[in-house]
Amino acid sequence: MKQIALTIILFWTCSLIYKILIGFDSSVMEVDEILFVPNLTYWFGKDDFGRDIYLRLIDGFINSFQIILVVTLITSISGILIGVLSGYLGGRLDQVIKFVTTLFMSFPGILLAIAFAAILSPGKLNLIIALSIGGWVGYARLARAQTLLVKEQDFVKASQTMGSSKSRTVFRHILPALSTPMIVEATYAVAGLIIAEASLSFLGLGLQAPEASLGGMMRDSVRYLLASPHYAIIVGASIMSMVFAINFFGDFLHKFWGIKDD
Amino acid sequence: MLKLLLTSVCQIFGIFFITFLILHLIPGDPVLVMMGESASLADQEKLRSELGLDKSIVEQMTNAISQLAQGNFGTSILTNMPIKPQLFDAINNTYALASLALSIAIIFGFIGGILAAKYQGSYIDTCIINASLFFISIPHFFLGPLLILMMSIYLGWLPVSGMEGKYAIILPALTLALGMLAIIIKMTRNSMLEIINSDVVRTARAKGLGELAITLHHMFRLVLIPLITIIGMQFGSLLSGAVITETLFSWDGLGKLLVTSIQTRDYPVTQACILIIATSYVFINFLTEVAYRFLDPRMRH
Repeated sequence: MKQIALTIILFWTCSLIYKILIGFDSSVMEVDEILFVPNLTYWFGKDDFGRDIYLRLIDGFINSFQIILVVTLITSISGILIGVLSGYLGGRLDQVIKFVTTLFMSFPGILLAIAFAAILSPGKLNLIIALSIGGWVGYARLARAQTLLVKEQDFVKASQTMGSSKSRTVFRHILPALSTPMIVEATYAVAGLIIAEASLSFLGLGLQAPEASLGGMMRDSVRYLLASPHYAIIVGASIMSMVFAINFFGDFLHKFWGIKDD
Repeated sequence: MLKLLLTSVCQIFGIFFITFLILHLIPGDPVLVMMGESASLADQEKLRSELGLDKSIVEQMTNAISQLAQGNFGTSILTNMPIKPQLFDAINNTYALASLALSIAIIFGFIGGILAAKYQGSYIDTCIINASLFFISIPHFFLGPLLILMMSIYLGWLPVSGMEGKYAIILPALTLALGMLAIIIKMTRNSMLEIINSDVVRTARAKGLGELAITLHHMFRLVLIPLITIIGMQFGSLLSGAVITETLFSWDGLGKLLVTSIQTRDYPVTQACILIIATSYVFINFLTEVAYRFLDPRMRH
C-alpha cells in the first residue's frame, strides 16, 4: 500500500514539475488523432478533440488544486475560529453556533454546493464560494470538540491561574494543541474536495469547457464510453489514484501523531 | 426525545428558508436570468407576478409557506405546469432506486462483515477487506462507467442506461450500493470483532451454546445497534450519490430532475427538489435517532 501511494504521489509531483519547468499547452488539438488509445508517445491516449489526455489531466489537477487550496484556507480558518470561540467561550454564543451548524448539516453531501452552484454562474470564483459554504462545518465541529478537551487540561488551567488572558490562552495554548488534528482533518477534506469539485464539473455546474477540469473530462469521456473506454478509465483512475494517495497520507499523519478519535 | 423533535422541526424550517433564499440570491434580475434578455416586457411582468417577486419579502415568505402547507409546489417555468406530478414521479423513481441500493448494501454488507469477522485473518477476510477498501474510495462517477463497461458492454447482460425494462435499475442501484456496502462491511466487521471478545459471548460459550446459536442470537442483535447508526449516516451519501448516478444513467429521479432544472434555469423546480431531498434527509436522521434509542436501552437515559 505504502509503495503504491508513494508512487502515485511521485508520479503526479513529477508531472507538476514538468508543467512548471518545461511547460506545455494542453489545448493543442490534432484532428487526425481523435480518441487515440494509449501508446508510447501519448501514454494516456488522446481525447475527443485529439488533445493529449495526460497533459489535460495535469492542467485539470492544477485547476482543481487552485480551487481546493483557496476553499481549504477559507473553510479551515473560519471553521477553526468559529469552533474554538464556541468551545472556549461557551454560553449563548455556543448555542447559536451549534444551531447554525445543525442547520448546515441538514443538507446531505454536496447538495448545498449544488444549490449554490446553481444560482451562481459557472466559474472558478463561484465554484470556490459554492464549495466553501458548507465546508467550514466539519472544521468547526472538530475544533469545538477538541477545544472542550484541551480547555480542561492542567497546562491550560495552570496558565489561567497564573493570569493569562483569554486571547493569550487561545493563541498560546489551545490553537497549538489543535494544529495536528486540524491538519489531518484538512488532508481528508482535500480528498473529499477533489471528488466534490469533480462531481460539480461532472454535472456541468463547475468549470466550463474549454478549461481543463477533472469532472469535465469525466463527463466528456462517458459520452465516448462505447467507442473508446480507455478515456473514461484513465480519467477515472487518475482521479481515484489522487484521492487514494491523499487519504493514505491522512491516515499516515493520523497514526504518526497518534491522534485519538472522539 | 422532545429536544430531538424540536431540532428536526427547526432544521426543516431552516431548509425551507435557505431554499426560499435561492431565488433571491441570484445575481441580477431572476426573471431575466430565467427568460433570457430577449423576453418581452409583458411576459417578464407575467412571470414576475406568478413568482410573486413583485410583492414584499415577508408577503412572499408567508405566501410560500401557505402554498406548501396545501401541498402546492408551484409551477414549472419551462412547461408551465404544476410541479407536483413531475416531482412525485421523480420521488417514486428515486425511492425505487435508493431502496434497492440500500437493501443490497445492508444484506450483503451485513453478511460480508460477519463472514470477515468470523474468519478473521483468513483468505476470505483479506479479500473482503481489500475489496471494500477499493469500493470506499471509488467515486460514483467512475464506478458507474466501470460497471457499464463490465456488465453491459463486455458481458452484455444489462442495458447501458435509461429506464426501459425491469433490469435497467440494477446498474444504477449497484453504483449507489457498492460504496455503502463497503462501509457497512467495515463497520460490521469492527463491531463484530468487539462483540466476539465481549462478556456476553463468552458467557454464552461457557453455557455451552452452539456456534450458530451464538452468532444468530447474541452477536446478530448486538451488531444491529451500531449498524442502524451507520445506515442512517449513509443516507446522506446515498442522496448526493443519487444526483450523480441518476444523471449518469438517465434515471428520471429527483437527482436528475434537480440537475436538469438547474441547466434549464427552472428555479421553482430546483427549489422543490432541494426542499424534498434535504427534508427527507432530516426525516431519516430523526428516525435513525429514534430507532437507536429504542434498540439500545442504555441510550434512553
